Amino acid sequence: MKISYYPGCTLKTKAKDLEDSAMAAAKVLGIEMEELPRWNCCGTVYSLSSDDLVHQLAPIRNLIRTKEQGSSRVVTLCSMCYNTLKRANEFFLADEEKRDRINRYLDEEIDYEGDVTVVHLLEILRDEIGMDKIRAAVKKPLTGLKVAPYYGCMLLRPASIGIDDVERPTVMEDVLQTLGAEVIESPYKTECCGAYQTVNRKDVVAACGHNILTSAQQNGAEVIALSCPLCDFNLDNRQREIQEVYNGFHPMPVLYFTQLMAIAFGLDPGVCRFELSYNDPVPLLKSKGLIA
Amino acid sequence: MSRNIETKALIIGGGVAGIQAALDIADGGYQVILVERTPSIGGHMVQLSEVFPTLDCPQCILTPKMVMCGQHPNIDIKAYCEIESVTGEVGNFTVKIRHKATYVDWDACTGCGQCEQKCPTKVPSEFDRWLDFGPRKAIYSPFAQAVPNKRVIDADHCLKLTKDKCGICAKVCPTQAIRYDQKDWFEEVKVGAIIVATGYELYKKENLTEYATDPDVIDGLEFERILCPSGPTAGVVKRPSDSKEPLDVVFVQCAGSRDPDKHLPYCSRVCCMYCCKMAMLYKHAVPDGQAYIFYIDVRTDGKGYEEFYQRGVEEDRIVYLRGKVSKIFRQGEKIVVFGMDTLTGKRVEVEADLVVLAMAMIPDPAGEKVRKILNLKTDDYGFITEAHAKLHPVETGIDGIFVAGTAQAPKDIPETVAQAGGAASKVLSLFSGYERGKASKAEELAG
Repeated sequence: MKISYYPGCTLKTKAKDLEDSAMAAAKVLGIEMEELPRWNCCGTVYSLSSDDLVHQLAPIRNLIRTKEQGSSRVVTLCSMCYNTLKRANEFFLADEEKRDRINRYLDEEIDYEGDVTVVHLLEILRDEIGMDKIRAAVKKPLTGLKVAPYYGCMLLRPASIGIDDVERPTVMEDVLQTLGAEVIESPYKTECCGAYQTVNRKDVVAACGHNILTSAQQNGAEVIALSCPLCDFNLDNRQREIQEVYNGFHPMPVLYFTQLMAIAFGLDPGVCRFELSYNDPVPLLKSKGLIA
Repeated sequence: MSRNIETKALIIGGGVAGIQAALDIADGGYQVILVERTPSIGGHMVQLSEVFPTLDCPQCILTPKMVMCGQHPNIDIKAYCEIESVTGEVGNFTVKIRHKATYVDWDACTGCGQCEQKCPTKVPSEFDRWLDFGPRKAIYSPFAQAVPNKRVIDADHCLKLTKDKCGICAKVCPTQAIRYDQKDWFEEVKVGAIIVATGYELYKKENLTEYATDPDVIDGLEFERILCPSGPTAGVVKRPSDSKEPLDVVFVQCAGSRDPDKHLPYCSRVCCMYCCKMAMLYKHAVPDGQAYIFYIDVRTDGKGYEEFYQRGVEEDRIVYLRGKVSKIFRQGEKIVVFGMDTLTGKRVEVEADLVVLAMAMIPDPAGEKVRKILNLKTDDYGFITEAHAKLHPVETGIDGIFVAGTAQAPKDIPETVAQAGGAASKVLSLFSGYERGKASKAEELAG
């Protein structure tokens, strides 16, 4: 299966581990993710929060790039890119007047009709590949690894674009279970990670992260699995701040679900780029016999 | 042109509405057939612990009425029966009634209960809202004061009926009343008027996906059973997961009600009062405990209700928090409740031991069959539509068919009883109208 792929900025820098592991794992399942030849900033959720048409231009441009590639579907890995592109499309479909204004403004581009479908890799895994095919690809089941999934907000909210039940999502649980991991119930899996507060209110982010991580730990989790680079930064790197504030906090590794897929598929751990993690997951994975 | 007018009434549903209507019609001198689908009349009211605003126990105030029904010469209780079909029109309905197999000859059964004591099979009790505390047996009567005081065998769980083993009840029965080969049987009756009193159920907790499915997150009727002195815990307040005494109890009002976006738009009307009542009863049982109530508004629109609420706040120190609860989940021993206090504008997190959801009232799903058979008009949620919202509150759109109680809309006990009396008086004036008409016709002919 060939599909257009929109990476977004973080996937080429801090979240290279997400991109490399996802590309490699997807390939095992026969998903060929073809990067858009040209792409720009997704617009970011922050800017989309203001009611200003100019902020919609960036995501719409990326959807036009998808059409130029001859595709009507685009897949993302970053939860935030998924959210902005999908919401821009929704916005575009809902308001004819604004659609015309944007198309007139983008007069050097081909007209956009809202006809590109935005999907997240998790949706493809669930709806098109299916758990049976994933199970068949598992070479090294994640037996004994206690994983707490974490969704954050971008994959689920608003409900109209969510990839799963907004209150009780299960898609990541299903994937992780299929990989052989022991899924730990994590009640904070849809709570806020602190998001952009990480720029100037590290204390707020530390408090959010502390709740999320300790709740998962109390339920027995050894590692967190997620899909959003910003959540990853807040839950992984900010553990330094959490440790400064909360006595007795035990750090834990945070991984992308795609890294766990790559390991379970028996791929070269090099694609997981573990050196980019703040809390080194290697000792845990070694202790479980998952990597050498 | 003369036709036979039946001056006998059929009442469908043996809760407090059906009981009251039956007594009123029977006392007026007419025959009543009271059909109830469970083994005993009493309905939900008899499950309650104590009732607002007087805190008297429904067993004390309802069971005398139940017994009066059972002994009234004009009332024929048909328990463990269901309506199969209805034809005809006002004054002359033909009703087919299914007598569900009880596997016990009720003419011979004396209600001694020896069979129930010896029966080896335990089954979650519907009457105790399926709580683990109080299973019933496979041969059972739903509760101690059941009317009629007869036993039925649960064919899905009885060892004899499922596996042809056991047979103990037949051995111990002193009157040889057990009939393992009994089948459903049917009966046709003729009546002149029908009152539908099929009652309510609670909206399912599982519909609220933001609240955890957990043994310690229970609905209002479950907590009623736990608080009830004659309930499965004998009135000792315990939480279902580990039988520990809960010290922090959170009540969530409007759980599923007043939520037009995701659930039901209407107000269920009794929850404000019963949460206050249950919090009060809880505090009386566990004085060291703390009760919290999350609410949208506190609606105390009945006689003595506002005073009752004030008493809860002032004497029993119930903490009222105005805001909706966004999430409920288990963390270790505790049930964590995320809420909002919109009066201070602050987020609230309560680590509770037990959470009680005041689930919305919905028309009893078992009543849907009745509504379909009678072809009654309902609103979007299945509540029976009255003929006129203001001036014909107990009439349905069909002549001779009346409605009483929560089958029509959520309402509390006093209002249910008043509406049942209203429906009964409509039936009485219908019947006495026929008879007066007949008498004057006879006079005319004689004169």
